[in-house]
Amino acid sequence: MLRIKGLTKRYRTGDLALKGIDLDVPDGEVMALIGPSGAGKSTVIRCINRLVEPTAGTVTLNDAEITTLGGRDLRRARRRMGMIFQEYALVERLTVMENVLSGRLGYVGFWQSFMRKFPQADVDEAFRLLARVGLDHMADKRADELSGGQRQRVGICRALIQNPELLLVDEPTASLDPKTSRLIMRLIKELCEERKLSAIINIHDVMLAQMFAERIVGLRLGEIVYDGPPTGLTAEVLTTIYGEEDWSATIRKVDDDADVAAKQPDNVIALETLKPHRDRMAGLT
Amino acid sequence: MSDTAITARNWTRPPLIKRAWLRRALLAGAIVYLALALGTTEVNWTRVWEGLPRGARFFAAFFPPDFVSRKNDIVDGILESLWMTVVSTAIGILISVPVGIGAAKNIAPAPVYYFCRGILAVSRSFQEIILAIFFVKLFGFGPFAGVVTLSFATIGFYGKLLAEDIEDMDFSQAEAVRATGAGWLQWINYGVQPQVMPRMIGLGLYRFDINFRESAVIGIVGAGGIGATLDTAFERYEFSSAAAILLVIIGIVMVLEYSSGYLRRWVQ
Repeated sequence: MLRIKGLTKRYRTGDLALKGIDLDVPDGEVMALIGPSGAGKSTVIRCINRLVEPTAGTVTLNDAEITTLGGRDLRRARRRMGMIFQEYALVERLTVMENVLSGRLGYVGFWQSFMRKFPQADVDEAFRLLARVGLDHMADKRADELSGGQRQRVGICRALIQNPELLLVDEPTASLDPKTSRLIMRLIKELCEERKLSAIINIHDVMLAQMFAERIVGLRLGEIVYDGPPTGLTAEVLTTIYGEEDWSATIRKVDDDADVAAKQPDNVIALETLKPHRDRMAGLT
Repeated sequence: MSDTAITARNWTRPPLIKRAWLRRALLAGAIVYLALALGTTEVNWTRVWEGLPRGARFFAAFFPPDFVSRKNDIVDGILESLWMTVVSTAIGILISVPVGIGAAKNIAPAPVYYFCRGILAVSRSFQEIILAIFFVKLFGFGPFAGVVTLSFATIGFYGKLLAEDIEDMDFSQAEAVRATGAGWLQWINYGVQPQVMPRMIGLGLYRFDINFRESAVIGIVGAGGIGATLDTAFERYEFSSAAAILLVIIGIVMVLEYSSGYLRRWVQ
């Protein structure tokens, strides 16, 4: 259970990015955070793992307060939260395997990581995860040799190998084509279900949010203006979040897509799981 | 038909300096200064004329280059220069890595940043010759002063370029590594180092190149190496030996140039 209370962030420029956010995310819930650019979506999730220091308020993950931690304790808290980034944020000149294993940095000592001598269990888990997303044959490729969708799948592996209790996902589909975007969102949702993970997903695309999240939170100018099920996103609600616009196309299309998505739960991911290394995935869930 | 289609609107590129009078004054000032400077440069043409045949005699004395009679001195000098180059490049880079990291504004706290920038500024403000004169006075004649000189100069060069490369890095990649709970050293090793490594290897080789050439120069003020041998040859009016030394230096610089270019391509 993630509990955010009165979270406030004022940047040094004086901009008040968050105005006292209260938010509870129960275990296993996949929540989408929507809102216009500059609403504070990125700031919310960066305040949770303290890549950005909140100005006021508290964040507690499973009864442990994160906002007051420093140094070693903060690093220990961070490894319980996996983060998936906009534009993937893989270290491009490292191999796929090194990128995945970097998710274990919070667990191993400096020399171990410097010499790239990770525990065998970590390496096994890395291969299992890569196989799960259909990339285990790419382990020794450099990250910048991969396509956008492949990179984001490596990013997902890096987050999951941390064995997190919570996923923080920042615009995972911002630079992907519509189809790959859906594959990635579906993959994130499936993995959250498999591992009973809760997730906060920042996303621009309202339709994707409605398709894959069970709860939607709308943010506008640093305040929560909507918190409810995807079906509650009416034209009025979208207008409160984003401003005046003709929303009829967005809403209707969503209904159609949701039906299609329900009938065809997976396509490419299903193909990948048919590959012969299926046995390696045993024990993943 | 709208009005805009009919009225021709004038457009010129906005000038770099907006104020017209300032722009004209700067231009006129530059032209006047250059004209005055050229006008007051004294060129004694008779001296230039007399100097030409002297230069020709000087060049003629270089031929044929004599590699043999001072062979041992030349070999010793070259080996000493190479040794100075290797040692000073290694020491310089070793010291400049922490200094460079500290001088990168995006990852170092303000006090560390200003301290490290200070070190770099001091190191960069003196030319190698001046440093060499100073260190020769400090440590006496010989290659040790040369090694200290070149190491010191390398810190300024390499540290500054490393700091700038770190400042130019893609911060999101480093942020992603930090988000995993990595410690500071792990963060540098995984998030920062891979981004700057190829360029830094290239610059290391380039600095090796520079240090070798500089080792030939600083020897003239007494800091050891092939420069000292060259200086001795000139003092003894052994121009054919000096020519041989110059040719060897040119040869080695060309080999270094070629091989470092090859290595840099390979690293990329």
